[in-house]
Amino acid sequence: MVKRLAILDANRCVGCQLCMLACSSRLGFAGYDKSAIRSRSVGGVERGFTVVVCRACKDPPCARVCPEEALIPRPGGGVLLRPERCNGCGHCIEACDIAAITMDEETQKPIICIYCGYCAQFCPYNVIALQEVEN
Amino acid sequence: MSEWVKTLSKVLYIDLARKRYWVESREDLFGRWLGGIGVATQLYMEEVPKGVDPLGPENVIIFAVGPFTGIFPMASKTIAVFKSPLNGYFAESHAGGRSALAIRFAGYGAMVIRNVSERPVYLVIEPDRVRFRDASALWGVRSAETVGRILRGVTPGAGTRSIFRIGGAGEKLVRYSMVMVETFRHFGRMGLGAVFGSKKLKAIVVVPRKNYRFPDMKRYREVYQRIFELARGPKTKKYHDLGTAENVLVLNTIGALPTKNFSLGRFDGAEEISGEALVENVLARRVACSACPVACIHLAAIREEYEDEKFMYKTEFISYDYEPIYALGTNLGVKDRFGLLKLLKAVEDLGLDAISTGVVLGWATEAFERGLISRSETLVDLRWGDWRNYMKALENIVKQPNEFYKTLAMGVEEAARKYGGEDFAMAFNKVEPAGYLTGPLYFISLAIGFRHSHLDAGAYSLDQKLFSSGEKLPEPQEAVQKIIEEESWRQVLISLALCLFARGVYDEELVSEALRSLGYEYSPEDLKKLGREIYFEKQRLKSEEGFRASRLRIPERITETRTPLGKISREYVERALKEFDNLIKDRREA
Repeated sequence: MVKRLAILDANRCVGCQLCMLACSSRLGFAGYDKSAIRSRSVGGVERGFTVVVCRACKDPPCARVCPEEALIPRPGGGVLLRPERCNGCGHCIEACDIAAITMDEETQKPIICIYCGYCAQFCPYNVIALQEVEN
Repeated sequence: MSEWVKTLSKVLYIDLARKRYWVESREDLFGRWLGGIGVATQLYMEEVPKGVDPLGPENVIIFAVGPFTGIFPMASKTIAVFKSPLNGYFAESHAGGRSALAIRFAGYGAMVIRNVSERPVYLVIEPDRVRFRDASALWGVRSAETVGRILRGVTPGAGTRSIFRIGGAGEKLVRYSMVMVETFRHFGRMGLGAVFGSKKLKAIVVVPRKNYRFPDMKRYREVYQRIFELARGPKTKKYHDLGTAENVLVLNTIGALPTKNFSLGRFDGAEEISGEALVENVLARRVACSACPVACIHLAAIREEYEDEKFMYKTEFISYDYEPIYALGTNLGVKDRFGLLKLLKAVEDLGLDAISTGVVLGWATEAFERGLISRSETLVDLRWGDWRNYMKALENIVKQPNEFYKTLAMGVEEAARKYGGEDFAMAFNKVEPAGYLTGPLYFISLAIGFRHSHLDAGAYSLDQKLFSSGEKLPEPQEAVQKIIEEESWRQVLISLALCLFARGVYDEELVSEALRSLGYEYSPEDLKKLGREIYFEKQRLKSEEGFRASRLRIPERITETRTPLGKISREYVERALKEFDNLIKDRREA
């Protein structure tokens, strides 16, 4: 079965950003901007946070608009990025309804969640978890 | 030198008068002094000549982060250094929020802000670019919270940026005004808000966009995992659960909870405003600084009906911690939970330091009670527990409608000098104390500290240990040595720009190992030596500006009120301060 990141309860998010730092460190970097997951306040921390990450759509619009077939739909949902094919056009970013894709400014390729669940290992409050995709 | 040092060593210099900025690589400083307070102290020595006016163009604002910032959990603090307008000496203040990671990933290890802007200005700091933006429309916005709301709408970096700003108190140069960071975190103590105000600097927005490659991923991951587990364990449980507000009942039980301007050590309303009662009744959410799993920021909801329109409600949020509860609660005799939260919220919005404000009002209440001042000065009756009138007094500290409130805005030392009541004017080196009536070691540490935070040396804890073990007081010389030893080690933690709530997590061995994973070679002994060096560098700065601990005014009040260690002997405190001066003198001569 394929897996995806599930947001279990965004209300438990404290905004510590350890998920973002973990995702970035997975690639060997300290920083925020290479993270495929993002937590941000909904307008002041007192009102809570929203956590945005690829939800592994069954029929991913990002893949549909990719002119180079660099984003390949994954059986069961979500996409896989083939960076060697990507021309950095950014159409996928515009096509994602939930704004889960951002551009890596250094490589000029989109940042695509690989559903590894590394971020969830460092979430102190069980906001996110790697789960099997439901049929 | 570690490659990591190079990534950290960029210092951003900003000249507010000329609207210019430039970046210098200061590996000389970051290689020698780690970062944080170690580096900030050296930058201060380079930048601030002796004798300058804290509110003049020659004062600078320095912010520094450290090698662990953005790398390890709980390295969430930014260290600010400046000359304090409250006491005229080198001073420091720490804040969390998103500030530290924002500075680090904007590409800087430190920022130096010089000079005075002709017009109100705010800065937008991004990697490789600083924009000077006109703040004429923001100037006069009294609520620091509103300033943040406005800037969130008009600046980039949502989600990761940090917004530093002042409220009305900073603009009006209240000597104990603070700088708010994000929401609910502050550079609270020592008057950084007034230094911002004097420079016509309303806000700074820092946008982090940089990434750095780890030198040794394998080693880093191992150490990270260990720190992550420790940071979620028993060493930080207190901050996670009830938060620092836990102290209310702990201190009340032993009679060390400053009450009604330090005239008592127990408060008959402690239960109502205890950490336990706040969790039960008003805790609405907990949030965290960047990179911290503890999430110690406890937010209370204040639900309120509008007086002029029935069935119209608002719900506001305010963070609470032990210190503001002491300062605006027990110290003012306020036991009404709602009233206390309203005071906390007002102080937050206006941009005042909660501790100083509470102590200033405590003195004013007592002076009013004794007839040293009257309603013609105070404009409202100041009475213990009357939070509604304290709300009005707070506003007046910022508005400064008369000579009395202008004086209150200068701090309690100045107020007592002018209106009397020095015996009960609680200040050490002109700075109002954090809230512990634990015993003499605590007050000695305040007299010689830099931040006037209980966390400078944690000496309240030394007092408490003496109390629970039943041991007798150490000789004054030994007391001073203990304080210096603890404060020296803490210089290492704050050079790494760690939150001091992480002090139980990061012991010497772990710090040494974590540094090694980034390519630094420091043995635990090296670290301790460095901590002592930094401590004495800071003391040297103060001493060169004429600071002598033995010449300080020690308020009579601390010898009158019983502490868990009994009544404090003035002679003991004075001997300790004399010992301290001798020690500094010996070092100076050596």
